[in-house]
Amino acid sequence: MTENGDVTPLVKLENVNKHFGALHVLKDINLTVSRGEVLVVIGPSGGGKSTLCRAVNRLETIDGGQIIFDGQPLPEEGKALAKLRSEVGMVFQSFNLFAHKTIRENVTLGPIKVRKKARDAADTRAMELLERVGIAAQADKYPAQLSGGQQQRVAIARALAMDPKMILFDEPTSALDPEMVQEVLDVMIGLARDGMTMMVVTHEMGFARRAANRVVFMADGQIVEENTPDEFFTNAQTDRAKDFLSKILTH
Amino acid sequence: MDELIQYGPDLAVGFLNNIKLSLVIAVFSLIVGTVLAAMRVSPTPVLRAAGTAYVNVVRNTPLTLVLAFCYLGLSDTLGLIFSTEDPLMNSFWLAVLGMSAYTAAFVCEALRSGINTVPLGQAEAARAIGLTFSQSITLVIFPQAFRAVIAPLGSVLIAMIKNTTVVAAAGYTVESSNTMRTIFDTTGTSIPIFLGIVVSFLILILPIGWYTGRLARKLAVAR
Repeated sequence: MTENGDVTPLVKLENVNKHFGALHVLKDINLTVSRGEVLVVIGPSGGGKSTLCRAVNRLETIDGGQIIFDGQPLPEEGKALAKLRSEVGMVFQSFNLFAHKTIRENVTLGPIKVRKKARDAADTRAMELLERVGIAAQADKYPAQLSGGQQQRVAIARALAMDPKMILFDEPTSALDPEMVQEVLDVMIGLARDGMTMMVVTHEMGFARRAANRVVFMADGQIVEENTPDEFFTNAQTDRAKDFLSKILTH
Repeated sequence: MDELIQYGPDLAVGFLNNIKLSLVIAVFSLIVGTVLAAMRVSPTPVLRAAGTAYVNVVRNTPLTLVLAFCYLGLSDTLGLIFSTEDPLMNSFWLAVLGMSAYTAAFVCEALRSGINTVPLGQAEAARAIGLTFSQSITLVIFPQAFRAVIAPLGSVLIAMIKNTTVVAAAGYTVESSNTMRTIFDTTGTSIPIFLGIVVSFLILILPIGWYTGRLARKLAVAR
């Protein structure tokens, strides 16, 4: 995690608070993500996991506290915010591939328009990435022509094309048919092995066990517990976490 | 039938002027309407308010009043003159101004309903890869919104073409329906002339409805 000698955390959340009307969805969140770390956020629905994830690239604004990315507080808006977002990949639950663009165009849009890469170079890189996630043969199709698992792998390639410093995964497999979950998880495990910094909101305990460096358990807007996957799954400390695990691990 | 042949050339010139007006207004109203729609969905409250106010005022004002305002208000009183030598040319551009301003409000609303068909996730994905607001709008949102509203935009276009028959209110008197009225004043009402103009408009407009319907199906975004 300190291979380039840089020990400052990539992301640091300090006393982050967020309300949706009367609902207090993030309560005094303090959390750091180190470079190269794979952090898995789990917990019951409505516990604030997705909001936390989306706050890191400011798709959700926060009401209090601050978020520091790569040494700088998150910009509030404008060009600076767009630049930050270009450095933080995001993979959504519902894929959100650009519906009017081909798979190839989905992957090259950011590099061409944001990074001002030449089309040829962007194309070459896109095909490499599509090869890596196993979709190269579908490059000229439209998103609606692909299965959910394929679309999500394209979404990962789209995020990778920006050479991001980290990638946020907001429940990447929750909208998939069961038989497509593994193909997406395999790509994510590969990324984790390659040292990508990842923050993953998921219900996939198998992924957490195999790929995570650390597990954060969130409920009712708070971080209830933080531990290594092994410790967390075999020896949860809090009743809330034990209760949650007993419900999901029994079957 | 004789009067249709006798006045045919005048009426043809008038009808060509309807077409000329339509083409110019279509271009301007699409551009202005797109800008208005961008304003109405922009994150800046002032722009949103300005866009909303414009659409609500202009869309709810009768077209003849808008045109009369351009003619009597803007041109006569406030001195907006497009051409000093040729009053008809002046009126042509006043008519274009009034009708473009009016039609743009409808284009804006059609487009805005198209924007509502684009899932929020598309905008989030656009922002997440670092596109700015204007890039998200022009590269991701509007291309999908336009495809969703080609048929409604066709209807706006059709209404606009028919509306070019009231531009006498802006002083532009040489379009077909006004020419017809002038002929009727001198020779009496002529059913063949009337039907001739109706048929001309049908020939002009029917293909638009057909073509935009086809285009809408062809370009529809699959989700």
